[in-house]
Amino acid sequence: MERTLRQKQIRRTNPTAIRVVHVVVYILLVALALFTLIPFVWMLSSSLKLDREVFSYPIKWIPETFRWENYSLIWQKVPLLTYFKNTAFIAIVVTFLQTLTSSFAAYAFAKLEFRGRDTLFLCYIATIAVPWQAYMLPQFIMMRSIGLYDTLWAMVVLQAFSAFGVFLMRQFYRGIPTELCEAARLDGLSEYGIWARIMLPLSKAAIATLIIFTFVGTWNDYMGPMIYLTKDLNKTVQVGLRRFIQENSSDYHLIMAVSVCSLVPVSVVFLALQKYFIEGIATSGLKG
Amino acid sequence: MSYGEIKRAHARMSRVERKKTLVAYSFLAPNYLGFAIFTLVPVVCAIALSFFEWNGGDISKLRFVGFENYATIFNVKKISQNGLGYFFNRVDLGIALKNTMFYTIITVPLTIVCALALALLLNKIKGAVVFRTIFFFPYVASMVAICVCWSFMLMKDGPVNQMIMSLGIPFNKSWTADSTMAMWAIILVSVWRNMGYYMVLYLAALQGVPKELLEAATVDGAGKWKQFLHVTLPQLRPTTFFVSVMMMISCFKIYDVVAIMTEGGPGRSTKMLVTYIYDEAFVKIRYGQASAISMILLVIVLIFTMIQFRSEKRFSND
Repeated sequence: MERTLRQKQIRRTNPTAIRVVHVVVYILLVALALFTLIPFVWMLSSSLKLDREVFSYPIKWIPETFRWENYSLIWQKVPLLTYFKNTAFIAIVVTFLQTLTSSFAAYAFAKLEFRGRDTLFLCYIATIAVPWQAYMLPQFIMMRSIGLYDTLWAMVVLQAFSAFGVFLMRQFYRGIPTELCEAARLDGLSEYGIWARIMLPLSKAAIATLIIFTFVGTWNDYMGPMIYLTKDLNKTVQVGLRRFIQENSSDYHLIMAVSVCSLVPVSVVFLALQKYFIEGIATSGLKG
Repeated sequence: MSYGEIKRAHARMSRVERKKTLVAYSFLAPNYLGFAIFTLVPVVCAIALSFFEWNGGDISKLRFVGFENYATIFNVKKISQNGLGYFFNRVDLGIALKNTMFYTIITVPLTIVCALALALLLNKIKGAVVFRTIFFFPYVASMVAICVCWSFMLMKDGPVNQMIMSLGIPFNKSWTADSTMAMWAIILVSVWRNMGYYMVLYLAALQGVPKELLEAATVDGAGKWKQFLHVTLPQLRPTTFFVSVMMMISCFKIYDVVAIMTEGGPGRSTKMLVTYIYDEAFVKIRYGQASAISMILLVIVLIFTMIQFRSEKRFSND
């Protein structure tokens, strides 16, 4: 007993050892952070060079002269503004519809009792496990037959009603005490009133999580727009960037400049709301 | 109470009940209708379509063929003559399965080790938020941008090869154009992109490791490493299990990185299950066969999901 206590004291009272460990940890972390960020740094630096300077030997991390004109050049070469508008339209409409309809449905699943509730919910559970890639083809054939092929609305209806949002919101609503709803009912509030005045204000954190998940997911979606959107007028940033790469494969500096532009909006949203994003993952553990 | 009164009460009850159900349905309808039309119906159709032949054109070309699509994608005739080796080396489906499995088997443990290491380094340290944001950033960055950036960096004269050469290793091939290195390029990008995401899950799990256990281990004279092996790691087991199954599922669905960096090539060296589905469905327009391959993907994913469901029950019973 005495020995272990002494050992404990030794461990506690050895500040140099602790400091050394800390320094090592920080050095490791900085090295790993550099490894994580290097592609972005390289992207940024290449976007400010001439195409033949990109692969110079040895690597110059800081360009000799900063060629900001690359960034004005790309707006003439690619209809970037159209791509941004399309992507923003899809991302905003999907996020709005997804958040609204799933918080609505989640309220019924979490707080109302009605016949068929469990069966209906089972359908959600059964399909959440089915990968989208397994049914994208019949979905595509169906959308084409109703005339939604090569329209932005195809992307909207494709992503606005996913089961993911309902799950997330339902889980959160279940944590809100049912007594609150019952009290409101006794006060004469309708179910819609309870949803709007009690549930919505209480679920701000969950809604923030859902919004950022959906927004980032739709903004970065690649396979869906690639299958559905063929006209240049309808392309999103991701498929537009891809098209630009295929057509100008050796304009490395310009490709990197477009890439940097495509990263800006999500980065802003992420940095502004990252707290909700990371907490959302940690609590739900779900992946969109 | 007379019989009539009871009956009336019942009627009133069921009217109330019916109104309740109607209100509930009105909450569900917006999401459920969209979900049923755009997800539920296609899922059912996908299963059915795998038993039909349909090579584009209008729906009158649809023809029931039973299990023929499955026989074609497995190339049953050739397999029965030449054995399984032929399947995994020659048949498209076999190659796609082999590549996807190889990718999964390497990516999952590598990502877990990186994610856990990052989480352990970040646990209870000043400035963790800054580092956490940095490590997480690749996960939200757009796939096309980071994939094209990495494939430039992995080019013949790119910065990565320059670094390798400076270490004295003779290597000057473009990774994505080399049939063995292409797969490693995809694995590298996947691990780099996803480790931050799983790090967040581990960070959350580390908060749940009881302090008393760690303190008890210290009192017993266990060093940091022993503490990690005998206390932290066992406590993280449910998370590790959950993370690995989740990652296996997402690995089997890999498409974006491959499509942008290698397009399944060179040759068929990075052809994956979903790349194969895409080719059959949208390039070769063989809807039936594409659906049959989709069913293979579906079965694999469902098996993983079932394993997860089972064990979740087990862990929560513990």
